[in-house]
Amino acid sequence: MAGVGIVAAQCAHFTQPLALKGGGVLPAFDLVFETYGTLNAAKSNAILVCHALSGHHHVAGCTADEFGKPTANIGWWDNIVGPGRPLDTERFFVVGLNNLGGCHGSTGPASANPATDKPWGADFPVVTVEDWVASQALLADHLGIDAWAAVIGGSLGGMQALQWTLSFPERIRHALVIAAAPRLSAENIAFNDVARQAILTDPDFHGGHFYQHGVRPLRGLRLARMLGHITYLSDDQMAEKFGRRLRVGAGSYGFDVEFEIESYLRYQGDKFAGVFDANTYLRMTKALDYFDPAQDFDDDLVRAMARARAKFLVIAFTTDWRFSPARSREIVHALVHNGQAVAYAEIDSAHGHDSFLMAEPHYHAVVDTYLKGIML
Amino acid sequence: MSAASVQAVQLRADFDLIASWVQPGERVLDLGCGDGSLLKRLIDERGAKGYGVELEGAAVLAAIAGGINVIQGNLEQGLAGFDDQTFNHVVLSRTLQTVRHTERILGEMLRVGREAVVSFPNFAYWRNRLAVMAGRMPVSEDLPYEWFDTPNLRFFTLLDFESLCAKMNLIIRERQVLDEAGNLVTEEPNFLGSLAVYRLGR
Repeated sequence: MAGVGIVAAQCAHFTQPLALKGGGVLPAFDLVFETYGTLNAAKSNAILVCHALSGHHHVAGCTADEFGKPTANIGWWDNIVGPGRPLDTERFFVVGLNNLGGCHGSTGPASANPATDKPWGADFPVVTVEDWVASQALLADHLGIDAWAAVIGGSLGGMQALQWTLSFPERIRHALVIAAAPRLSAENIAFNDVARQAILTDPDFHGGHFYQHGVRPLRGLRLARMLGHITYLSDDQMAEKFGRRLRVGAGSYGFDVEFEIESYLRYQGDKFAGVFDANTYLRMTKALDYFDPAQDFDDDLVRAMARARAKFLVIAFTTDWRFSPARSREIVHALVHNGQAVAYAEIDSAHGHDSFLMAEPHYHAVVDTYLKGIML
Repeated sequence: MSAASVQAVQLRADFDLIASWVQPGERVLDLGCGDGSLLKRLIDERGAKGYGVELEGAAVLAAIAGGINVIQGNLEQGLAGFDDQTFNHVVLSRTLQTVRHTERILGEMLRVGREAVVSFPNFAYWRNRLAVMAGRMPVSEDLPYEWFDTPNLRFFTLLDFESLCAKMNLIIRERQVLDEAGNLVTEEPNFLGSLAVYRLGR
């Protein structure tokens, strides 16, 4: 049951050009967002939720149909946002947005390029975590929020929370960095590149300008998602959920779907390819690859983190092998070295990287307890 | 006085000593910090900058509720990730007897900190000796477990600990010994003391 009830997206239009880290400039852009709860008079109770690779602005609640009735379209992190939930909307004003380059309403590769009136496609610039945070700061201005009580995110969302503490140290009081890493490993980048290659080599990709051809690189996007999905799960969880079970009685010694895990992955791939944009997927994975706050500090994360003023809650999950607990501890130890405020919880969970989306009671208790301690 | 209140009195005495050794602004790492009550005291009363390491999820949650900088982790895996000489004091309160890798944890404490503060129950306390003389393993305020459910892995005395310090070339900067009521013991500490608190350096 959706805690915050029926919600509707809003759109903020920005007319000031946004210079991007990669060199390009967006002349103007839209950010689609949703809000839950009420901004208090002091504007001190705002929490920003940053989404991961495939997320968007619809974080909580459900959308309405044309008759105003609730639909089954429930937000992707509804289990943590709402009255009495860890991101308690009785107390906090919660904001979720679709990041730049996304495919859920904010300006992205499928939007019209004002220079050509055609979809940007391949010409849409590669955006970085820093760019997202810069655009999120403009959204905060738009909402009249000087400083977030907290910025929270899992995975790529956690990297945005971390980047907030570095880009705008005075505008974030608490950073909740969940199932994240201070930068990707070579193995992480390798997985991302295989996913990108699946898209880039799909004949329907047309160099990123597939919109004009009336096709979409569904095969590539599907493969990319299947690969990604494997890295979100844990070996134990896959063994328990699927094992070596076959969909039919016996093996057919062919290449059709036989094992349950194959069926599951293909289903996930098809579902995702049906709704997601291939150009967005390429850019999200690049944003992951490029994220590296220590790069400008001789790879010294300790020095990179020194300018943060926020207090941190860092959370990792024992079965997450995409961004293992060791990666979160890199962040924690850099903060400890600097004498900065940090709490770290390592949650026992069977769900691998996806654990951050699950309503595991101890995990939610940690977030709930931490947020209750925030003074407004 | 009940066993619980005896331990509470003595616990405060233990904390009193540790608090008196911490100067304002110093950085303290409390290993096995539980709900963070010692750290809270050091922060509130001594103006210390405190961090804690704790394994148990429920205790981590309690420490977060208290606003403590708590890091969930297992001491048996050492203090990997903590940089050398980051802390003024590294505290191990009533926990050394539960640690399997005794020498490693002591070495790690003095790697990441300039001073190690260690407290532990004295197995040679006279009541414990009496219990063993009577043919039973001791159960007391400082050793409140039965032999079959104790978390304690190592049973040692002041003399045992000091000979380990000598073997490891650790310098004993100060030693305070408490009885069960939390009073300081000056005579025959290995016989009359139930809890020992040491400050160690290199």
